Amino acid sequence: MPQKLKDVDVVVVGVGMVGSIIAKELAAAGYKVVGLERGQPRFTVPDFQGPSVHDELRFDIRKALMQDNAREAVTFRNQSSQTALPIRRWESFLPGTGLGGSHVHWNGQTYRFQENDFVLATKTRERYGADFLDADLTIQDWGVSYAELEPHYDRFEYLLGTSGKAGNLQGKIQPGGDPFESVRSRDYPTPPMKEHFQGAMFRKAATELGYHPYPQPSSNLSQPYTNPEGVKLNACVFCGFCERYACEHYAKAVPQTIILPVLLKNPNFELRTGCQVQRINLDSSKKKATGVTYIDAAGREFEQPAALVITSSFALNNVRMLLLSGIGKPYDPATGKGVVGRNYAYQTMSSVASFFDDDVIVNPFMASGASGTLINDFAGDNFDHTKLGFIGGAFVGAVNTNGRPIQYHPVPPGTATWGKDWKQAVAKHYNHTVMFSIHGSSMSQRQNYLDLDPTYKDAWGQPLLRMTFDFPRNDLAMAQYVTGKAVEIGKAMGAKQVAGNPRKGPYTTTQYQTTHNTGGTVMGTDPATSVVNKSLQSWDVPNVFIVGASNFPQNPSWNPTNTIGALTYWAVDQLKNKYLKNPGQLVSA
Amino acid sequence: MDKLSRRSFVKSVGAATLAPAALGLPALAAAAEQAVHKASTPAASSVAAEKPLYLFFNAEEVVFIEAACERLIPADATGPGALEAWVPNYLDKQLGAAWGSGERLYRSGPWQAGTPSQGYQLPFTPGELFHTALRAINADLKLQGTPFGEMTADAQDAYLKSLEKGGKDLDGVPAAVFFDMLLKMTVEGYFSDPVYGGNKDMAAWKMIGFPGAYANYYEAIDKHGVKFERAPMSLAQNGHGHVHVDPNIPASL
Repeated sequence: MPQKLKDVDVVVVGVGMVGSIIAKELAAAGYKVVGLERGQPRFTVPDFQGPSVHDELRFDIRKALMQDNAREAVTFRNQSSQTALPIRRWESFLPGTGLGGSHVHWNGQTYRFQENDFVLATKTRERYGADFLDADLTIQDWGVSYAELEPHYDRFEYLLGTSGKAGNLQGKIQPGGDPFESVRSRDYPTPPMKEHFQGAMFRKAATELGYHPYPQPSSNLSQPYTNPEGVKLNACVFCGFCERYACEHYAKAVPQTIILPVLLKNPNFELRTGCQVQRINLDSSKKKATGVTYIDAAGREFEQPAALVITSSFALNNVRMLLLSGIGKPYDPATGKGVVGRNYAYQTMSSVASFFDDDVIVNPFMASGASGTLINDFAGDNFDHTKLGFIGGAFVGAVNTNGRPIQYHPVPPGTATWGKDWKQAVAKHYNHTVMFSIHGSSMSQRQNYLDLDPTYKDAWGQPLLRMTFDFPRNDLAMAQYVTGKAVEIGKAMGAKQVAGNPRKGPYTTTQYQTTHNTGGTVMGTDPATSVVNKSLQSWDVPNVFIVGASNFPQNPSWNPTNTIGALTYWAVDQLKNKYLKNPGQLVSA
Repeated sequence: MDKLSRRSFVKSVGAATLAPAALGLPALAAAAEQAVHKASTPAASSVAAEKPLYLFFNAEEVVFIEAACERLIPADATGPGALEAWVPNYLDKQLGAAWGSGERLYRSGPWQAGTPSQGYQLPFTPGELFHTALRAINADLKLQGTPFGEMTADAQDAYLKSLEKGGKDLDGVPAAVFFDMLLKMTVEGYFSDPVYGGNKDMAAWKMIGFPGAYANYYEAIDKHGVKFERAPMSLAQNGHGHVHVDPNIPASL
């Protein structure tokens, strides 16, 4: 029998970025909050310090900061006619674990989505007609507007200290910023990062071609900064160990450097690490959560009663927690009915490599996670799709983040994969190649979804999450088109050879693409097509709120973190100003 | 000691007592007899004079691994080969420790072959996979009559390509799966921090100009087009530049 613990007001499942912010706000408002984190506690000092953290093998290749597959994997198949098998080691995406969650190993790329993204289904029909979309796409509006989220984007960016240049300040287009940006109420809290050589070359070529390059918004900071919580961050030194690493310099905005120091001082908050939540418990009506059951690091089982449960773990784990708890109807692709696991989407990543002669020296190892230069001319709906036969797009940028050589040793296509020729090509091109990222949107599609695996279990005996996913035709067409545009920029830079690598199907788990897994607990206005209402509250169990990238109905052209942050503060607003004043269903279906 | 030529590597190997596991290695044993004096610097000679002590691979396996790694990344004027960089030592230490035993590998069945997009689906740990495949390879080569270490370079390449191409079954290990793991680990051992026992003297980093664990470019980042010149740094080097090799770093924080 699990040991039953004393009641608390709120239990937060997953103490990463989302959980830290919500816990901080609710604890400060006087509520008793328990944060359950499955991983270890870890801090900039003493855990993230150099030089031992500058270890490509340990962090890139062995994935030291990631969820341990040996204990919790995900099963995968491209199509529901196949048998899903466990992803026995991560490659394609890398869910983090431990205090601070995946936010600890992010790159700091901090984009807002555009106004259009939140009403994508409506706007697509308006601009291109009802028949333009492929029939199996299941895109939908978010139920929340950009205008509603803007103050929360702003608050999150000021929490992080994001370094950038506004492009659209209160409706006025700003030179040097992104002219496609939706209106922002104020500029970024800190100025843009220094531009690396690759970025400068890209800027020149893109400008000549009539595009609109701007500095990548970065939450590795350009200068020291004290955020509104009173927490201090340092300037980034371009160490080149950012994504997949924890920052030793207090320069990357992660929970440890922006909010945890405040949260952990509040006596209303209790952090429990090493706690694996097994399920959210429901009462006999199945319409009210009574708390959660978890197993601690020593294998002891506890029941933690709570009036309010927040799931704030990685997108895939949010979905799995609802499925394990029996909250919401699981999605069935055969009938199109059910919602939990529906509209799983990803990101459609392509690349371009531009090879130069010896006289162009780029020093690829000098980099932060987000100090590139990019354009949004082919992102979202910033270009006319009428004759293109797809929707969505990608940002294109010289966003080099590192030169760590086990992973980074570009060679021209056609080079042998080993032997003398390979080795000579590696030595020849390492310091003379510019890589572009083509960071593409991912549309939700009827046959892509998440559910529980019927066969494979985790270390606690619970079913693994099963992922069924392949790239929609729409997204591969988009990748082909935008990669072609990026190749033109590489040529305009004067490269000797330009190699475009548009994403091709089938989707494979064996090659890193991104950790931008989205959907499965989608937000919306209709309980038949969403798991949570616009307040991020479960339609079925009103004292459960689900917050994260799992709320995205489809995934736009940019990295998701800033929007997850905006949704987090939006959820805080809905909780503090509505739900907690009068607990109950906030939106009538 | 910026670039070790193959010749100086052979010399320095000869200066050391050969580890028992390597005694069956004709090429190196012959080289040892011819070996003579003189290494470039005193510090380098004491380090380079060592010979990997193989703990995971047996003598027969060492013959194949050393020769195969050297074909995957051969020595030439560009930079060190896999042997000079002690890549086989890296493989030996990784396969013999936690990683080789399946650290971070989801190991529950049922087992079945998947599609290429489903990735690795064998019950073998990396260590089991190498032992199994190498037994099968050495048995195969015995039948063919020429030990791998005594083949010409072209014949070695042809044999490696036959593994890479797939289709061969190595006692349950598909040859292409083994080749893929061998190649990946060879590149890892070449370019990883020398703390893991490969990338000896950071020679692979010197070849491409990667500064290693040194990591502060605030002043250099906007000096566009200027080559950053600095001797690389290991995460495990002391004030005198000596690297403390300790391959048993966990794949966790």
